[in-house]
Amino acid sequence: MREQHNIGQLKNVLEVALLTSSEPLSLDDMARLFAERIERATLRMLLDELKQDWEARTMELVQVATGYRFQARPEYSVFLARLNPEKQTKYSRAVMETLAIIAYKQPVTRGDIEEIRGVAVNSNVMRQLLERDWVDVVGQREVPGRPSLYATTKHFLDDLNLRSLADLPPMEAFIQQDAQLDF
Amino acid sequence: MFLTNTEIKIKGETLNALPHDLYIPPDALEIYLDAFEGPLDLLLYLIRKHNLNILDIPMADLTRQYMAYVDKMHAIKLELAGDYLLMSAMLIEIKSRFLLPKPADIESEDDPRAELVRKLMEYEAIKLAAQKIDEMPKVGEDISVASAYYQQISDVKPPEFSLDDLADAWRNVLKRASHFTHHKVGKAELSVREHMSIILRRLKIDKLLEFSQLFDVAQDGIPKLVVCFLAILELAREGLLRITQQAPFSPIYVQLNSHE
Repeated sequence: MREQHNIGQLKNVLEVALLTSSEPLSLDDMARLFAERIERATLRMLLDELKQDWEARTMELVQVATGYRFQARPEYSVFLARLNPEKQTKYSRAVMETLAIIAYKQPVTRGDIEEIRGVAVNSNVMRQLLERDWVDVVGQREVPGRPSLYATTKHFLDDLNLRSLADLPPMEAFIQQDAQLDF
Repeated sequence: MFLTNTEIKIKGETLNALPHDLYIPPDALEIYLDAFEGPLDLLLYLIRKHNLNILDIPMADLTRQYMAYVDKMHAIKLELAGDYLLMSAMLIEIKSRFLLPKPADIESEDDPRAELVRKLMEYEAIKLAAQKIDEMPKVGEDISVASAYYQQISDVKPPEFSLDDLADAWRNVLKRASHFTHHKVGKAELSVREHMSIILRRLKIDKLLEFSQLFDVAQDGIPKLVVCFLAILELAREGLLRITQQAPFSPIYVQLNSHE
């Protein structure tokens, strides 16, 4: 039995799969939706069209590290936030700085992080990042004590709407201008 | 204290008006102390607030101001003072090296402040990067992901796959890769760091991999393959990987560098 394969139906299948998936779908995931073989280039083209179809709607199709997903357009977040009135707790500066070091210098040990921040790494800080699944241990450095090497996860990229680390602003952007002029 | 009626000169220029936030009432210190993330953060605060040139730090002034904060800190929060005292010692050491006469046989000694400046600038860059990441919209805060309800049906079989398909795909990749050879060099550095993490993660699961298994030639374009290769070299350079080959032309194996 041959499945009906006009473009509109292919797009509908992709749309319903994306809308009902709790995680982003990769191209491989989406290829599995169809009994017959489908080229990745075809999928990309269909996804592009789907993205345009939704342009005037409340949701948008975006690509992140682990695949594609639908999400509410940013202008609606202020309304959606009212559904969950409990106050958002912000991460402390220690947490954000530790995260930034891991993101930009990975893989790094606690020692590397302490070297840059100039203070001991609070284990509570690491725990928050590990629990959020934004960082994980990817190995040990072969020095005395075999310290763990930390790196950022794909989940981190997904949560920040990034496709890869290269989407982060480059480190050079943060070297202060006055210092550069004097060199 | 450091506010007097005499004329104040900074690098030969008379200072007519004080920077508006130069003076911090002592009572406010207690609030500020909690806000600092460590000695580097406190030093950066002093340098930026007093408009000091980070590349030409007046060590005596900075050390004096720094010590005033640390003394206050010492009085109210003893357990915090350790890291800060170490920095005090470093600042005083740098100043004392300026005061000592240089032996004639040392031609060009590095500026004793160089290491401190490097650290301050690195920390400042990370601090700004952290602010930037903090401002980015995040899932669960500013991003709401779609999730329509449906009843789970599990009946999907993965598509059949043959060797010919792989050969086709590989030919396609080669063809496509040759069309898309441009990539941004500026961003490669970060991609290499990312791939280093990916490779370490894989080796943690697979223990030992043949060199070629680290490359997904069927899916990755040439730039990505190159980045992957650079990541392997960088990991080997940092001593995190062991790469072995029994004899010439035999398979090359890659594993985590471990003493066990």
